Amino acid sequence: MTALAIGRVVVRERRLPGLVWLAVPAAVFMVAFFVYPLCYGVGLTFQAAGGPLSAYRSFLSDGYQRGSIWITLGLSVPTALISVVAAVPLAYRMRGPFRGKRTLTAVLMVPLTLGSVFVADGMIDFLGPNGWFNRVLRALHVVDQPVVLIHNVAGVLLSMLISVFPLAFLLVLGYFSGIDGNLERAAAVSGAGPWQRFRLVLLPLLLPGLTVTFALTFVMAFAVFPSATLVGDPAGSTRVISIVAYDAYSRADYSSASAIAIVMGLVELAVLGIVFGIRGRLYRGSTSGGKG
Amino acid sequence: MTARLRLTGLLTWLGTGGFLLGMLGAVATVLLSSVAQQWIGTWLPGGYTFHWYGDAWSAYQVGSLLAVTFEVALAVVVLSLVVAVPTAYVLARLDFPGKRLLWLLFLLPQVIPTMSYAVPLATFMYRLHLAETLPGVVLVNLVPSLPFAILVLVPFVEQVDPRVEQAARICGAGTVTVFGRVVVPLLVPGLLAAGVLVLVRTVGQFELTFLVAGPNTQTLVVALYNIATQAGNGASPQEVDAMAVVYMLTTLVLLLVALRFVDPTSIVARNRDRRG
Amino acid sequence: MTRAGRFGELVLDGVTKSFGAHTALDGLDLTITGGEFVALLGPSGCGKSTALNLLAGLLAPTSGTILLDGTRIDTVPSERRDFGMVFQNYALFPHLTVADNVGFGLRVRRLRRPELQRRVADALRLVRLADQADKYPGQLSGGQQQRVAIARAVVTEPRLVLMDEPLSNLDAKLRLDMRTEIRLLHQQLGLTTVYVTHDQQEALSLADRLVVLRDGRVQQIGTPAEIYETPANTYVAAFVGYRNALPGEMRGANRVDVGGVTLAVETDVPASGRAVVMVRPDDLVVTDTGVLPVRVAVCEYQGRHFAVEGVTTGDVTVHCHSDRPLAPGSEVMAEVRRARAYPDGEVVPAAELVAAT
Repeated sequence: MTALAIGRVVVRERRLPGLVWLAVPAAVFMVAFFVYPLCYGVGLTFQAAGGPLSAYRSFLSDGYQRGSIWITLGLSVPTALISVVAAVPLAYRMRGPFRGKRTLTAVLMVPLTLGSVFVADGMIDFLGPNGWFNRVLRALHVVDQPVVLIHNVAGVLLSMLISVFPLAFLLVLGYFSGIDGNLERAAAVSGAGPWQRFRLVLLPLLLPGLTVTFALTFVMAFAVFPSATLVGDPAGSTRVISIVAYDAYSRADYSSASAIAIVMGLVELAVLGIVFGIRGRLYRGSTSGGKG
Repeated sequence: MTARLRLTGLLTWLGTGGFLLGMLGAVATVLLSSVAQQWIGTWLPGGYTFHWYGDAWSAYQVGSLLAVTFEVALAVVVLSLVVAVPTAYVLARLDFPGKRLLWLLFLLPQVIPTMSYAVPLATFMYRLHLAETLPGVVLVNLVPSLPFAILVLVPFVEQVDPRVEQAARICGAGTVTVFGRVVVPLLVPGLLAAGVLVLVRTVGQFELTFLVAGPNTQTLVVALYNIATQAGNGASPQEVDAMAVVYMLTTLVLLLVALRFVDPTSIVARNRDRRG
Repeated sequence: MTRAGRFGELVLDGVTKSFGAHTALDGLDLTITGGEFVALLGPSGCGKSTALNLLAGLLAPTSGTILLDGTRIDTVPSERRDFGMVFQNYALFPHLTVADNVGFGLRVRRLRRPELQRRVADALRLVRLADQADKYPGQLSGGQQQRVAIARAVVTEPRLVLMDEPLSNLDAKLRLDMRTEIRLLHQQLGLTTVYVTHDQQEALSLADRLVVLRDGRVQQIGTPAEIYETPANTYVAAFVGYRNALPGEMRGANRVDVGGVTLAVETDVPASGRAVVMVRPDDLVVTDTGVLPVRVAVCEYQGRHFAVEGVTTGDVTVHCHSDRPLAPGSEVMAEVRRARAYPDGEVVPAAELVAAT
């Protein structure tokens, strides 16, 4: 190798780390305020009064506390599933351009922007025994007595659906518009009817995106906290993990609070692991039909 | 087959209709209730008044809540963007050992539940004596916002043709000039998108602010939650709804601003454009 | 596979398609007989793809009817027309193997498995891709993908095969090879084909009949020889290679005065009045016996001849051929070997011609 070539290599090697330093501030911040506090939290859990693992043991051995895991999953998995399943036919119908599409997506953005606290507050009045929902049902003689929709699982589920569904819809709509329209046309000319086009062409191409959508809506729903306390029954049927963790935190029992928070994270990651395990078995390539 | 399609069509529109009615019903209920003199057991309130707004405004110091909310949000937006731009550039353009680890570091806060890291983070902030202070609230909000801004910006950096930068270098520009005069101006759409999204998220951010903020450093949404949990014992429902309307108007203004700069579907669709 | 078209005739009667105020296709009348290979030719935006999509059922006509052996099909959805189509970007299903792509149309027709496999294998052999059956489209080259698309379009032995600029994404060499293959396939299978292209060479060499379109209107329908030898107007002439347009004055039945030089022309124009003389570059040759004075601007070596761009005394830019190199600026004489005169009036904008070639 000539001296010139060596010199060139050295210059290249030197330039790269020089620019990589640009990422250092962000990395340092994340280590200091995300990784370190997490490790600090894990450390706290081992300093609990009853021994290194007692914080975990007391959470997991107490049926009332442990049940919050199932309550959280029982709320978040159906919310995510219903959102994704409902988003598919809706997005299918809206995949082409039409007038008012932008307005509709803007309207759907509203609950995302309002956030769960506002939605929960609105739901208390709307779904309550004297709210419009029950008044309409009674006026139509669907029911005689008001349907109980607040301070129970149904209220939380409905509030969460209002908050989470728009995200699912926007994502699925994005995935639909990422599929080459000619594929559907090719399928139609080949003799496939609307249902076959959906089942044989669109759905297989959409499935990887649907798993991602499920994962993201699940992440959002799993963190449920304000709606579970406001519209739900925070001491009983909607006592989700966030509430249990927050209760321990507000009692200044930091080792228990951290232990519960960490179990919460692990449960969520386990579900995501399953979802992405399934995704790994699907077709995940280009969604275009060839050269553009 | 057509019958089946008609059925799915019906279900689709019923679902959408139900969703929209639920959402609009909830919003309308809150709006009406906030201007109702009294509203118990009737279709519409008996009489209308604006005095709940005045009551709420003085009782909960809404003015200072708004001030705190915007101070926090603006600080988070500015700090996120300043730190995110160079980082996004590195992630989009360079290959180096440990890059996947860096990605993981920025993706994790988006994935694990906020409460999972909010609890240890808040405990840590109390230990640092930063809890209940404005800088403390800003810092905890940066934890999800900074990586989020990076993730939004990376595709925008990838869209900037590296040959433009090479051309600038050939014309004699140094790294700082290339960054300041070429890369950042080309990134303006991305900066707007990232900035607006971080702003909306920070104003709506609940768990982190809730755990770390004190009485004088809470944001609007945290105050709304606190008052709502007291509804019945202390706060009148109409006062709560008046607060909710103030919060709603704040976020809707932000949403309108956001939609001027960001097309919600484009965030996903961009993947496709980039490939084409 | 069977031979011959599976219908008598396909009639398009006044087929029109408008998008808002814009009329993409304006009253197309065309009769296609079974087994025929028809090319729709024109620059982008001329309505040829619209016509194809109307045939495929991917668009609904604004007015007019499409009849197949007397039965209206323009209201029948795509999937029940029993057609095959090759898309410009191939539109192969990326999640299916080559064999499954080809077998797609048979699968949705619920064909039994052994029969399906046999016909897929036949179709793949036909396009010489039998050994690629288990690959995915993403693993194939552009030319191979195109052949899969063709196999998919013909495997169902459709009544009509539609091809939408199938070769435009291939490089020049491959395009020539595929052109021959498509022609060969048509000879073997005899499937009625409608082929859309903007490339006049492609259309002339492939089709039994050409339909030249412009702004949604038919300019001429004829065999390749008819279109090439006797273009109906200056537009068609320019499109099939008559690059030179010389303004002149009719002087008798077959004579035109161009800037003081009288040329013999073929024409249907009355014996007097203004006219435009259209000449192909290879019919305008620089010789010692030439009559048309040309000042040379550029002279390019092109192998068998030199391509010369020059200016006539009337300040018209012309393209001609020469056997020897010519110095820029030199004055030479060009011989007009064959020319066609058209009524003056419609002069084709240069930009449109560029788009066309």
